[in-house]
This record gives sequence, structure tokens and C-alpha cells, in this order.
Amino acid sequence: MSSSPLRVIVAKPGLDGHDRGAKVVARALRDAGVEVIYTGLHQTPAQIVATAIQEDVDGIGLSVLSGAHMTTFKEVMKLLRHEDAEDIVVFGGGIIPADDVENLLNEGVAALFTPGTSTATVVDWVTTHVGTSKEPSRHVTA
Amino acid sequence: MARESESGLPIEPVYGPEAQRDWDPAEKLGEPGAYPFTRGVYPSMYTGRPWTMRQYAGFGTAVESNARYRQLIANGTTGLSVAFDLPTQMGHDSDAPIASGEVGKVGVAIDSIDDMRVLFDKIPLDKVSTSMTINAPAAVLLVLYQLVAEEQGISADRLTGTIQNDVLKEYIARGTYIFPPKPSLRLTADIFKYCRTEMPRWNTISISGYHMAEAGASPAQEIAFTLADGIEYVRTAVAAGMDVDDFAPRLSFFFVARTTILEEVAKFRAARRIWARVMREEFGAKNPKSLMLRFHTQTAGVQLTAQQPEINLVRVAVQGLGAVLGGTQSLHTNSFDEAIALPTDKSARLALRTQQVLAHETDVTATVDPFAGSYVVERMTDDMEAAVRELMQKVEDLGGAVDAIEHGFQKNEIENNAYRIARETDSGERVIVGVNRFQLDEEEPYEPLRVDPAIEAQQAQRLAALRAERDQHLVDSALTSLKKAADGEDNVLYPMKDALRARATVGEVSNALREVWGTYVPSDL
Repeated sequence: MSSSPLRVIVAKPGLDGHDRGAKVVARALRDAGVEVIYTGLHQTPAQIVATAIQEDVDGIGLSVLSGAHMTTFKEVMKLLRHEDAEDIVVFGGGIIPADDVENLLNEGVAALFTPGTSTATVVDWVTTHVGTSKEPSRHVTA
Repeated sequence: MARESESGLPIEPVYGPEAQRDWDPAEKLGEPGAYPFTRGVYPSMYTGRPWTMRQYAGFGTAVESNARYRQLIANGTTGLSVAFDLPTQMGHDSDAPIASGEVGKVGVAIDSIDDMRVLFDKIPLDKVSTSMTINAPAAVLLVLYQLVAEEQGISADRLTGTIQNDVLKEYIARGTYIFPPKPSLRLTADIFKYCRTEMPRWNTISISGYHMAEAGASPAQEIAFTLADGIEYVRTAVAAGMDVDDFAPRLSFFFVARTTILEEVAKFRAARRIWARVMREEFGAKNPKSLMLRFHTQTAGVQLTAQQPEINLVRVAVQGLGAVLGGTQSLHTNSFDEAIALPTDKSARLALRTQQVLAHETDVTATVDPFAGSYVVERMTDDMEAAVRELMQKVEDLGGAVDAIEHGFQKNEIENNAYRIARETDSGERVIVGVNRFQLDEEEPYEPLRVDPAIEAQQAQRLAALRAERDQHLVDSALTSLKKAADGEDNVLYPMKDALRARATVGEVSNALREVWGTYVPSDL
């Protein structure tokens, strides 16, 4: 990537209304100089992917606390492949059991941040792995 | 040096008699069960009987949730509390595209009267009181409950329970809104009127600060924004032609209990005093029941950690103790595994056992309002009252709760506080045991409860069968009547009942109202 600032969208797929984590992460990223577009609540995977492509972002951060992560995260990955937009790095967070984390990393999600993760950890990871490499390393942290 | 409370108020290392120099117990406290109700809404409080132990539960299909409720009743729970899944809470059927992945996850999936009948199978609705966490489609689930009770041979006037029905806090914190504020408030007024006639023992609303607290609100913000919402509801009902004493006794509230016990006790006591004064002075309420702030409490889920999750058992015990010392009417104690997944049978049982220990193995139930007269707690109660009043005035200055919501005021204030907490946690200034101090090198694996993903297909099949079997003309004409009422001034709950009896679905009824009222788009985008 060039020297233009990193652009990511922070998105809430599905019907979950818990946006505390998404908003805190969005703000921490902004404070670190990242351009952040927050989608708001109740987005379908198709809407999120369309926004990501339209806004030409480097990464997508997904937040789900309702247990719908296996469905919605996988759908986002599938749509990105379908749109040939796999260079967009997908990361996420929420209440995601360990087995599901493993499963989603295998689906191509680059990193998952579960409860107890510090904002510094997320910011460091995003600024290191998003927009800089086409092959981000697998990463999970809590 | 004074330490700062969660609301940013001072807590001095020592308080003495000087803290109460101009403090008049007659004015500030009154008798327990009497104005201004600082000491509690009932004269005897827990010395007569303990609070209602009301555990929030529900997942999967109605069959599984019904089994969990019957188990909770067998274990000694004294009130049911129904968790609905997100599609139900958003007025979508299980087979709607946006419901994909959400069916049966955070609660039970209810699509129609067929599911509601199964949910309460063999549960005597004249003997249990049932709380339902349902907001935008509260009327729909209330009427379904009434229809099932009638099938059990129980008339609506004997039913006791609560619908959350608090849409204003959905815009501020919880996010499960459907309609814009104006029609939402009209629906609330319709529910108040309907219940006054049909279900006089039902709590028509549970005005909630819990979700604001979970989103990051401080104790003072939690109380101020909740009471400001309460004022908005009272104004709405009065403007719809109701006498304040005709509906105010059925208003109830819902707050959080954090581990910071002293401030939490002060918070509950201050909230009761403020509400009593607002209802008497601003609205001229005369019935003492109109002045009483009766509330449910849930322990703070956001304080629970995924790391060393058994520590949460201790946190919940401390939080629950604060709720009891603060005089709650009912309590949900969280399960220790909630930061990981849905509670298992065992963790749900332990959560209830925690309350039973508080009720039966401690002496805090032996006397009313044990902290009354405490130098520190009375001082913190007064400080909390002043801080809450100041924030409530800011909401008033913006034109009241709805106008403040449209300015994004409450949500902004809460998000600022959430960010402050995150930064304090990151820096280690705020200690979270097991997370930023006293960690384990290696966490033990934990096997959480999982919801069967086949549920989504099962619910879709049930819906297909229902749509094939029912009298579609009857459904269509009932939905047409509903839309007509929504467009005019007739109470929508009566045509809604006809539609639901004819087996219209939760999604169909909600969509009919969406057609007339539109949907809410938040201003913060």
C-alpha cells in the first residue's frame, strides 16, 4: 500500500445490538490514525461487503456477540471471494468459543479478538497486518 | 485523598458525624414503605419474604426453553423471565433472511401462537409471574401470552408479570428498535390502556437502565437517563388522556448491580427518592403506589470475564449482595460462564444458588435498609441524587428524552464513559482480576453450551406448515384491520389479538406495523 492512511470498516452483522466493543475499537483505531467507517447496527453480510468495496477499504472488522458469528463471518468471507476482494483483511471480535475461533481462522478470517483483549492489542495488530501484506499471519488473542 | 466512584463522585477515606450536619432523616429517608421511599418501597421489605428470584432464561426452540423453565421452577425459582432470540425481538420470523444465524441463539425463537403454547406447556400461568424481555414487539408477545393463558382457562385479569416494553433505551443502548420514537410511544400508550382494562395486574413496562450500564453508562448516567425515559413515558400516557394514578402504579424499573457495592446501594436509594419526588411534584400523583420505584436488578454481565471464569461466581455474589442491600424487588444473578457462551444447566443452577445463599445464609434480610444512617452511604446517596438531577436537567434542556436521543446525547455520554473505562483497563489503572492482573499463563479449556444449528430449519418447517394450514383470508383481513388501527387512533392491540389468534406470525404482525409506521434510522451514522 502507499502512504495513504489505513482505511477499515467496523461492522455489526446480523441483529445483535451490542455495539460497545465495536465503538470502543473504532475510536481506538481512529485515535491511532486509522480512517474508520462504522456501518451501524443490523447489517447483512452483503451490505457489509458492498460498503467495503465501495469505500475501497483495507480491512473489515466484524463484531458479533449474539452467537451468529459462524453464519455471518463465513458469509462475509464467501462474498469477498465471490467479489475477488480477498485482499481485504477480515478480523473480528465478540463472544466466540475456542473451537469456532479455530474454524473461522481456517475460513480465512485473519484475527479474532475475544473478551479481555486490550484496545492496544487490536490497534497494534491492525496497523501491522492490515493494508501491508496480502498474507496476514493467523492470529488469535484474548 | 478522596477516591473517585464509578460516577466520578468523591469517596473520602473517613466520614464522621460532620457528614450529616444538615442532614434531616425525616426529609431524606422517611419510614420504610413511605414517602420518599429512600429506605424501600415496602414497610417490611425482606423481613416478610425475600425478593423474587427471577432467572432470565431461554434458548433454542420453545420445547427446550419450556424444559429449562420447568427445571428452574423445580429448583425453587419464584418467577419466570423469558429471553427471546433476536429475530423475535426485532419482529422477524425465523425464516426471514436477516434472521440467518440468529435463530434460537440469545433466547427462544417464537414465531406464532403455536410456539408460545409450547413454551408455557404445563406451566400454570395463574401461579407464576412471567417477565418477558421484549420491547419493540412487546404488544405482540403480551397478546400471545394472554391467548395461551385463555387456552389454559385462565382469564387475563389474573395474569401477573412484566413486559420490558421500553423502546427509548433501545435507541440509547440496546439496539433492538423497529419503529421511530413517535409511533413507538403511541404503541406504549396503547399497551398501557389495554392493560388497564384487560390485564390490570400486569406491569406494563420495565424502564431499563441495565442495558445503558452494559453499554458503558456510569451509575449516575444509568439512573438519570432511565428516569428521564420514565418521565417521557408518563408524559406520553398523560397526553393520551390517562390519569397518572391509573397507570403509574404499574410502571416498574430495571437496573444493574456492579461490584462497587457502596455506590450501588446509594444509587438504588437515590433513585427511589428522586422518582417519588418527580411523580408527586411534577405529575401530581396521589396514589402512594404511583410514587414507588419498584425495580428488578440484574448483576453486571459486562464485569464478567472469559479469563478464569470461576472468578465470576464471586463477582456475582458481591453484585447480588449490593442489589439486596439496595432493596431490589427481584433479582437475576448471572451465570459464571456468560462471557464465554450461553449458560449450561449447571452454571444456571449455581447462579440461582447464589441468591439462595444471600437469602437464607446471611442476615441481610433480617432488617430493612441496613445501610440507613451510615455516614458514607447517606452521603453518597445525597451526592448521587445531586449528580443524577443535574444530568436529568441536561436531558430536559434538550427537550426531554426523545429530543435528547435525536441529538445523540445519551448515547454519546455513555460511549465516552465506555471509552474511558477501556483506557483505564488498558493502562492497568482499573484492575480486573484475571485479565490485567493475577492472570494464569494458560487458561483452562471450557466447554460451553451450544445451540443446535438445526433449529433454524425446524422453525422454518413449522412456519411453512402453519402457513399451509391456517385460514389465510382470516389472517389477511385481521392484518388489514390492524393496519387501519395503526393508521388511525384505535388501540392496535385488539385487532392484533384477532390476527395472532388466527395464527398470523410475529413477523407478519410486525411487518404490518412497519408498513404504516416505518422504521427507525439512528442519527449517529
